[in-house]
Amino acid sequence: MNAADTAWILTSTALVLLMTLPGLALFYGGLVRSQNILSVLMHCMAIACLASILWLAVGYTLAFSEGSAWLGGLQKAFLAGVGRDTVFEGTTLPESVFFSFQMTFAVITPALMVGAFVERIKFSAVLIISALWLLVVYAPVTHWVWGGGWLAERGVMDFAGGIVVHVTAGASAAAIAVMLGARSGFPKTVQPPHAPWMVMVGASLLWVGWFGFNAGSALGANGDAGMALLVTHMSAATASLVWVVIEWIKFGKPSLVGMVTGTIAGLATITPASGFVGPMGGVFLGFAGGVICYVAVDLVKHRMKIDDSLDVLAVHGVGGALGTLLVPFLVGLPGGAGLGETSVASQFSVQLLGVGSVLVWSIIATIIIVMITKAVVGLRVSDEAELEGLDSSSHGESGYRL
Amino acid sequence: MKYIVAIIQPHRLDPVREALSEIGVSGLTVTEVKGYGRQKGHTEIYRGAEYAVHYLPKVKLEIAVSTEQSERVIEVLSNEARTGNIGDGKIFVLPMESAQRIRTGETGNEAL
Repeated sequence: MNAADTAWILTSTALVLLMTLPGLALFYGGLVRSQNILSVLMHCMAIACLASILWLAVGYTLAFSEGSAWLGGLQKAFLAGVGRDTVFEGTTLPESVFFSFQMTFAVITPALMVGAFVERIKFSAVLIISALWLLVVYAPVTHWVWGGGWLAERGVMDFAGGIVVHVTAGASAAAIAVMLGARSGFPKTVQPPHAPWMVMVGASLLWVGWFGFNAGSALGANGDAGMALLVTHMSAATASLVWVVIEWIKFGKPSLVGMVTGTIAGLATITPASGFVGPMGGVFLGFAGGVICYVAVDLVKHRMKIDDSLDVLAVHGVGGALGTLLVPFLVGLPGGAGLGETSVASQFSVQLLGVGSVLVWSIIATIIIVMITKAVVGLRVSDEAELEGLDSSSHGESGYRL
Repeated sequence: MKYIVAIIQPHRLDPVREALSEIGVSGLTVTEVKGYGRQKGHTEIYRGAEYAVHYLPKVKLEIAVSTEQSERVIEVLSNEARTGNIGDGKIFVLPMESAQRIRTGETGNEAL
């Protein structure tokens, strides 16, 4: 056990929870219409609580205890056998700290998918989908990549969750959006974001929290953590500027919502690469993430007409996949970790296998989860309830009393 | 007596208020409102998608004045609220039957 490492991961745990509560909640909350603000905050809050309990019960053990190449065992259900001084194998951290740090990832990943189903989904469906998804998609994929599973054995590089967090959430979000159907009026008469300032506050909290997400994924207070923080910041800054310049040229005005969407695209894109690349790798990934995610938003929403309402697939899924695929090409730049014995081509094929297999598994499993949920409680609120807004119709509260 | 209702651009409210008090208008009521006229709202762009914003924010003034004062008030309103751009608003003038100051019970022009 090492005090410095432990202190940094304790801090990172708090930072990553801050990403969901209230970072992501505000980021998403500002993007919906004013009659749905509380429902979005509710979704994030409820998922955070539910995922935490499920993580303790079985999520953690399925992801991180010894088992098969596909799934961990059940020996650490409810943290059985983990004492105050148990050190997590392969780290210098108390297992309580490693568990908690990973729990905050298990919280934010299903919460990211909220962006796909806002303004029309039943609250009960949110709970069931999120719970099943955590156990069927998140825990196994985490085991594959970080828990010694089959992708880890092949040497896949995913420092902080490009595959584990962003590809899973992005692909599943799109599947949910398609099965749930678009918001009424999409795409012609959907209401604009009700509070762009709130989107910026949320994005900023996400940015700060992401230092814990990426630099914390070094699992120690060391040079990897330091460089991960630096490249994370540079990617976010670059992608923000890239996005706003594209909008400025295309529409004549640089918008705040555009700029902070770029921020999140840059953060998602650097995530899998954060511990492996140097400063210029970070800038390059930010540039690539800004451009590609911008194109992806247009493609998914305006050409494919999928109402992935807050662009989870286009920003998180595409960003995470892009970063994962570009890692092998950038680790050789100054400040990067290098590939060691492996060639760029063979590492790229492993990265491609990782992204592809997780994409397919996420979509198939999510389709089944959504079908089960539909059969049990239904998916959508009534048209009247949707029109009235979920704050009032689902929760009996109102966000703004004027 | 006349009851004047004016819908104006929010940013013209302060100049209008100053000019009205200069000509002796002693009170007015202001409401933040939304609406559209020939301008038919405008569009905003978020993440590359255009959203039609049908109702634009305006300010509604309600002013009760004597018949003699009304022409001057309309002139001041018209001059001070005008920017020359689309969306400057409108002035409506209604005849007013009576007025009463609640505190004292005064009626007619005395109550304005």
